[in-house]
Amino acid sequence: MSGLDPQGEGGRECAMTTHIRIQQEDFDINSETKALRSGTVGAVATFTGIVRGDDGLAALVLEHYPGMTEREIARHVDEARSRWPLGGVTVIHRVGRLAPGDNIVLVAVAAAHRKAAFEACEFLMDYLKTRAPFWKREERDGSDHWVEAKQSDDDAAKKWR
Amino acid sequence: MTLLYFAWVRQKVGRGEERIELPAGVKTIDDLVAHLRGRGPGYADAFTDTKRLRAAINQEHVAFDTPVHAEDEVAFFPPVTGG
Repeated sequence: MSGLDPQGEGGRECAMTTHIRIQQEDFDINSETKALRSGTVGAVATFTGIVRGDDGLAALVLEHYPGMTEREIARHVDEARSRWPLGGVTVIHRVGRLAPGDNIVLVAVAAAHRKAAFEACEFLMDYLKTRAPFWKREERDGSDHWVEAKQSDDDAAKKWR
Repeated sequence: MTLLYFAWVRQKVGRGEERIELPAGVKTIDDLVAHLRGRGPGYADAFTDTKRLRAAINQEHVAFDTPVHAEDEVAFFPPVTGG
């Protein structure tokens, strides 16, 4: 998770590539983090959100607003880049019907040093939860209902203002 | 204008997308909500309580006093629950 930055201040910039994908299929965390490595990257922080199988949950069904979702996430990656010196950033969010234990979301952030990678990863997740237009419906016991937004998620996003 | 509905707003309204002419007298999202309430029982149900709704114009989050224009893409949805 951490490493040296042998080239120091005078080193090459990390590759500042942003990848944002909204997809039904699963993702592979190892290949995604491997793609973020480069000569000047000393840290890659990743967050993986997983469908929690509590209270007899049968499935989560996720929908999104195509176009706005990608724009909203890109805007927050740009905001993160203005706050921290970052290398590559990858955000993958799944949609469709997901079962307990399935991956939902991956945020992977590369940087020269761990602090920027950790903080930017948390920042992006907090904004993803409160601003990116996704909606979850839970299926359990043969019925389904829409998940309500949580005040604690709003509070988490507010701390970055 | 193009109207888009997501999650339970879509279910109550009974469709995900429609095109309408900007109704006379509608200047803001609030005005548009008042107009949509009169479009049928499903709309009246979906747009009862604006505190439970969020809106976007041309794919950006907006407050309900924001002006709307004839060619806008306007979306209505519940507070988001991704991640």
